[in-house]
Amino acid sequence: MNVFLMYLGAFIVGGVLCSAGQILIDRTRLTPAKILVLFVTVGVILTLLGVYQNIVKVGGAGATVPLTGFGYTLAKGTFSDVDKYGLLGAFTGGIKAAAAGITAAIFFGYLISVAFSPKAKR
Amino acid sequence: MQKMYTKQEYLKYVEEKSPKSKVLRNVTRAFVIGGLICIVGQFISNLIISKGVKPEDAAGLTSLIMIFFGAFFTGLNVYDELGRFAGAGSIVPITGFANSIVSPAMEYKREGFVVGVGARMFIIAGPVIVYGISASVFAGILYFLLK
Repeated sequence: MNVFLMYLGAFIVGGVLCSAGQILIDRTRLTPAKILVLFVTVGVILTLLGVYQNIVKVGGAGATVPLTGFGYTLAKGTFSDVDKYGLLGAFTGGIKAAAAGITAAIFFGYLISVAFSPKAKR
Repeated sequence: MQKMYTKQEYLKYVEEKSPKSKVLRNVTRAFVIGGLICIVGQFISNLIISKGVKPEDAAGLTSLIMIFFGAFFTGLNVYDELGRFAGAGSIVPITGFANSIVSPAMEYKREGFVVGVGARMFIIAGPVIVYGISASVFAGILYFLLK
């Protein structure tokens, strides 16, 4: 694919997903925690419906970097393990596919939380 | 004379539109910053693929790198500043997930490394993982039954 279109797709799809989150924050009383939970869950559902795969085709990182992409990774991994191992795959595939992300978040998150301190509150 | 009039009219217009345009302003900021963070992700993905990483492994490695950046810039107290400007533009990307781990963990460090850092890391990430994994198990069971 044309590189410019690739970046444009990432910008627009990522921008639209973040705008959707902002509209939810401004128009409802959803907290950021609830927004993130909602986005992951919606990502799983859209992948089950076969929709998110097409969004990834257009948006690339614009679809995989937002938290809906985390749901996409979980669901995609689950489906591929269900194909391989049957029902057991529903319990193994998600974590397996998201292992790098979850472990990185815990490991880097811990190290950086220990190494740095918050700015003094005014 | 006419210029004065239009300026007054403009100010009145601004006054009227103010609450609505605040939403528009927030959404624009979220769009631009969120979109830019995704462009960074796309750039990292393209870069590592050009260095020989297999395309199917690139998404996971890109997430890992983005999570590191999100955590690191939170540690430097930069990411929360960005968040004040960008709103959901910095919350929705995976860098925001990393921020949601580091920010409370740093804040509660004085409560100790176990109940402070260790537990507070998951104040937002925990629910995200609980709902994400539970939804994926449901989806996997449905997929198994409907396949």
